[in-house]
Amino acid sequence: MIRVVLPAHLRTLARISGELELSVDGKITQRSVVDALEQRFPTLRGTIRDHTTKKRRPYIRFFACEKDLSHDSLDAPLPESVASGTEPLLIVGAIAGG
Amino acid sequence: MSSVRVLVGTRKGAFILSADGKRENWDVSGPHFGGWEIYHVKGSPADPQRLYASQTSSWFGQVVQRSNDGGQTWEPVGNKFEYAGVPGTHQWYDGTARPWEFKRVWHFEPSLNDPDTVYAGVEDAALFRTTDAGQNWEELSGLREHKTGSSWQPGAGGMCLHTILLDPKNAQRMFVAISAAGAFCSDDAGKTWKPINQGLRSEFIPDPTAEVGHCVHRIAMHPSRPDVLFMQKHWDVLRSDNAGEMWTEVSGNLPSDFGFPIDVHAHEPETIYVVPIKSDSEHFPPEGKLRVYRSRSGGHEWEALTNGLPQKDCYVNVLRDAMAVDSLDSCGVYFGTTGGQVYASSDAGDSWKPIVRDLPAVLSVEVQTLA
Repeated sequence: MIRVVLPAHLRTLARISGELELSVDGKITQRSVVDALEQRFPTLRGTIRDHTTKKRRPYIRFFACEKDLSHDSLDAPLPESVASGTEPLLIVGAIAGG
Repeated sequence: MSSVRVLVGTRKGAFILSADGKRENWDVSGPHFGGWEIYHVKGSPADPQRLYASQTSSWFGQVVQRSNDGGQTWEPVGNKFEYAGVPGTHQWYDGTARPWEFKRVWHFEPSLNDPDTVYAGVEDAALFRTTDAGQNWEELSGLREHKTGSSWQPGAGGMCLHTILLDPKNAQRMFVAISAAGAFCSDDAGKTWKPINQGLRSEFIPDPTAEVGHCVHRIAMHPSRPDVLFMQKHWDVLRSDNAGEMWTEVSGNLPSDFGFPIDVHAHEPETIYVVPIKSDSEHFPPEGKLRVYRSRSGGHEWEALTNGLPQKDCYVNVLRDAMAVDSLDSCGVYFGTTGGQVYASSDAGDSWKPIVRDLPAVLSVEVQTLA
C-alpha cells in the first residue's frame, strides 16, 4: 500500500481524514498514484491535475523523502521508500494567497 | 407562510440566509465549502430545493456542488469543462493572441422548467450546459466561435461570461454578457449568436462604437417583458426596448454611472436599481456614501435610497452578481458588499438593514422566494 497525504481542502472534498492508504497497480509513479487516487475518489478529478492534459495544477507540488519531485517525469518511479509504504507521498498546496 | 432564502457566495465560502416572509429574523447557515471561493449559488426555478454552487480555488480548480435539499447537504458533481474542438485564441491584455483556457464558472443559470438543465457562464468566456444535473457539461460553442471571438479580450477581472438571461416567453431566446466583449443574443437556444451592442459607447476602446469590445458589467430583464433589457456597463446605464437591437443611455441624474449590478423590481417592470461606484479606478461609493439608486421610470430619473445604509466613511464595492430581488408582495431587494455585509430591504428599497455584517467579501447574492 502507498501512503498519501492530501491538502486539507482535498481531504474535505474526498470526505476523508488523516493519511490515506492507497492500492496502486504496477509501477509506482506520480501518474499511477494520481490515477489510483482519482479512481477511488472521483471528486478529486481535476483538482490535482488537469482533466485532459493531466498536467499538475500550478499550485500543487509532490514531495517525498524530503525532496520536491514535482518536476520529475510523471512516469519516473517514485522513491523505493514511497513504493514500499515506508514514507508517504505528500501532495501539497502551495503556501500562497490569503 | 412564504419565506425567503438568500444564497450568498463569498471569497471564503457560501452562506445561506433564511427568513419568513416578514424578513425580520434571519437564520445564517455556513460557511459551506469554507476557504473556497464561491462565485455563485443559484436555485432551480422548477425545483427550489435543487441548488448549484460554483466552488473554485486557484490551487484546486473548479468544483461544482449540487444540493437536492435546499442547501442542507451537498454533493460534488461533474467539473470537466472542456472547450469543443480546437479552441483557438482570443486577445490578451497586451493585444497578443492567447489560447482559450478554462479558469472557473462565474454564473449558473438553471433552466426555467427543468431542474437538471443548467447553463454555466465561464472564464475564459464560453457557455456550457448540463442536462443531467451537473454530471456532464457540454459547450454551446457557437458563442465562442462567433467570428468576433478571436478579438475578445479580458476586463480587469478576467474574460468572464457573467450574465445569462433566459427568455420566459421564448425558449429559443437567451442573452449573455461578457467582459469585455459585450452582450450577445441567441434565437436558436444557444446554437448561434449575434452581438447586440448597438448604441453602446466605450471610450476605452479604439472604436468607441465597435460591434464588440464593450465591458458590459451586467444586464437584467423583467420576466413579463423579455424584450426590455437594462444594462450597467463599465460606464453608463442603458436600456433596450427591442431585445438589444439598440441601446439608449438612461444614466440621467446618477452621481456616477459606473457600477456593477443592476436589477429590476419583481412587480414593477420599470423600477430598476443600481449601486453607483465612483469610477473605474476607484471602486467605492462616491463620497463614502453607500447608496442604492432607484428609478421608477426605467431610467433617466433616479432617487437615492439611503435609509439604513452607511452615509459616511464607506468604501466597499458591490460586485456584478451581488444584487437580487425576491417576489413577495412587498418586493425585497438584497445586495452584498466586498466588506462582507449583506443588506436587505423588505420595502422595495425604502429602508435597509444588514442581515449579516462580517462575512468574507461577497461575490454573489441570489434570492429564492419559497411558498
